[in-house]
Amino acid sequence: MIPDTYPTEFLIVLLFLSLSIIMAIIRIVKGPTAPDRVVGLDTVNTIVISSMVLFGAFTQEVIYIDVAIVYALLSFISTLFIAKYLQGGEL
Amino acid sequence: MLFTIIIYVLLGIGVFFNLLGSLGLLRFPDVYTRLHAGTKCTTFGSIFLIGAVFLLGLKPWILQGNTDGSVLALHAAIALAAILLTNPTGAHAIARAAHKSGVKPARAVVDALETPKKKQVKTTVKKAVKKTKTTTKTTKKKTTKKPIKKKEAS
Repeated sequence: MIPDTYPTEFLIVLLFLSLSIIMAIIRIVKGPTAPDRVVGLDTVNTIVISSMVLFGAFTQEVIYIDVAIVYALLSFISTLFIAKYLQGGEL
Repeated sequence: MLFTIIIYVLLGIGVFFNLLGSLGLLRFPDVYTRLHAGTKCTTFGSIFLIGAVFLLGLKPWILQGNTDGSVLALHAAIALAAILLTNPTGAHAIARAAHKSGVKPARAVVDALETPKKKQVKTTVKKAVKKTKTTTKTTKKKTTKKPIKKKEAS
């Protein structure tokens, strides 16, 4: 139990973060080349990790932050594999 | 009261930099500049957002000696460490893959990675020639100087 929380402030922050996720998704849809789309995907991953941590602080449950840690490591591995595929190496 | 003000300031800085990062991702003309905006600004903003959660977990421990929020602070710190370790590495891999797959930077005058083989070969050959010349000169001087010294000494 954490004595006093900041529910409305964290919700406002999450709203702005979702707006920036929407802007990155526009880049994913619009991007002329494949590396543009990978950059947009990486940005979406980072913003989702930080918003997961904020949501865990908002609902006072630590398991959301654990999910965020695992999501960070998996998104790193997927980004590395996509980059390896783009530069023409064998998977 | 001071803790709430610090947490508000950290949240504001984090949201500002995340919005700037995704705006730059929309507005920049090139893959590499978009990488600058979309990776650096987002990492910097998420440092401040997770720092706010870290302070929120540490606040009852500092003020009242209540250690219930320390789990939240510790896990937030681990998530921050994961972001800080993995995000620049992924950006480097994406930039390398983009350059190897043939995407060229827009409005670039000099591309240092464009034709590295010819210049490197020329410069290395010149350096090698200079090195051999200087080494032969020095060896000749040494060989001429050494017997004189021996005669003087003897």
